[in-house]
Amino acid sequence: MSTVFIALQANEDTRPIIDAIVQDNPTAIVNREPAMVKIDVPGSMTIRRETIEEHIGRAYDLQELQINLITLSGHVDEDEDQFTLRWNS
Amino acid sequence: MQIDLRTVSIKQQRNTFDHLARRFGDKPASRYQEASYDIQATENLHYRPTWDPDQLIYDASITKIVMADWYALKDPRQYFYNNYTLARARQQETAEANFTFVESRGLVEMLPAELKQVALDVLVPLRHAAWGANMHNSFISGYGYAAIFTQACMFHAMDNLGIAQYLSRLGLLLGDQEALVDGKTAWMDDEAWQPLRRYVEDCLVVRDPFELFVAQNVALDGLLYPLVYERIVDGTLSTQGASSVAMLCQFMSDWFDETRKWVDAVIKVAAAESEHNRLILQEWTDKWSQRAAVALLPVARKALAADAEEVVGEEVAAFKARLKKIGVDI
Repeated sequence: MSTVFIALQANEDTRPIIDAIVQDNPTAIVNREPAMVKIDVPGSMTIRRETIEEHIGRAYDLQELQINLITLSGHVDEDEDQFTLRWNS
Repeated sequence: MQIDLRTVSIKQQRNTFDHLARRFGDKPASRYQEASYDIQATENLHYRPTWDPDQLIYDASITKIVMADWYALKDPRQYFYNNYTLARARQQETAEANFTFVESRGLVEMLPAELKQVALDVLVPLRHAAWGANMHNSFISGYGYAAIFTQACMFHAMDNLGIAQYLSRLGLLLGDQEALVDGKTAWMDDEAWQPLRRYVEDCLVVRDPFELFVAQNVALDGLLYPLVYERIVDGTLSTQGASSVAMLCQFMSDWFDETRKWVDAVIKVAAAESEHNRLILQEWTDKWSQRAAVALLPVARKALAADAEEVVGEEVAAFKARLKKIGVDI
């Protein structure tokens, strides 16, 4: 199975986002690099707005993700409530 | 000469403070956790306060509510000093812009006289109630237990002071200084305001910080804000053409929506802790919300006339439904 990943800057803003991603994707492998966190998930990855909101305690717009986004791999399927990465084959 | 650049990863020795590692495991802690958990001193307080030797400086037994861990009362908004002040500064800018908009477009002159009078009658005396709320939350902050709870109460106290100031500005804008003087006279002497004034003043002598929390933040705010700001300002006044008043009250509506989450979370956790807590909270909420509903009825009559009773009834029902969701059935 192919892997998708997302890399975010490691800072105060992304910490709850990473927690939310790990919570929603139990198979996630978190690699903490200097100043960067790369999360690999086999198959597909889903980032949910609701889970992030639970962690940060305020309303969240998934597009705020772009501020701290370094790179990602996989086809993106994005709407207001979730952001999904998977390989369409 | 060849220079190789390579990344060296330096692993930090500690992820966080020991007391946070004990609570959450050894991983990086959020700023909220660092600024809130176990901040209040619990040991080595040798002396009792001279101003009240019956209690400890930080005394969990002042209230009837019993919590195994008071730090369970966390704030879902995760406010600590830094992000709280940033959030409020942003809201202050919006409010300032709203006031400027209403002033510069001359929207006050366009208000129908009778609606302006209703707005003045209902809103301006409420600044005294908001000041009361400030006092009550300062008290909870002073006598409550655990920094995670008391810091949020202090923020709440400052918010209430802000609301009192917005109401004063609204009064000055709509009716100049006389509006404030009239508001004070109404608060002191007008029959319709006396039950609410009595409520606020009775709360000033409640010594149990958690009961005061229920009386002020749950019961009174829980009925007053939906009634005054949703039903009267955003509903009745706006539909009749006084939407500029709704603009001036935007902060209050937004603030209530936001703080309700925190109040609900506190009550939910405290009620779920034990049957003992749940019964006490039930008794307090029942007692204070009944009083609040009675106190708000004559105020509602000022704006809603004959519909007042029905509207207050609806709000009480909505309030009960809200409490049922968080485990307090009244």
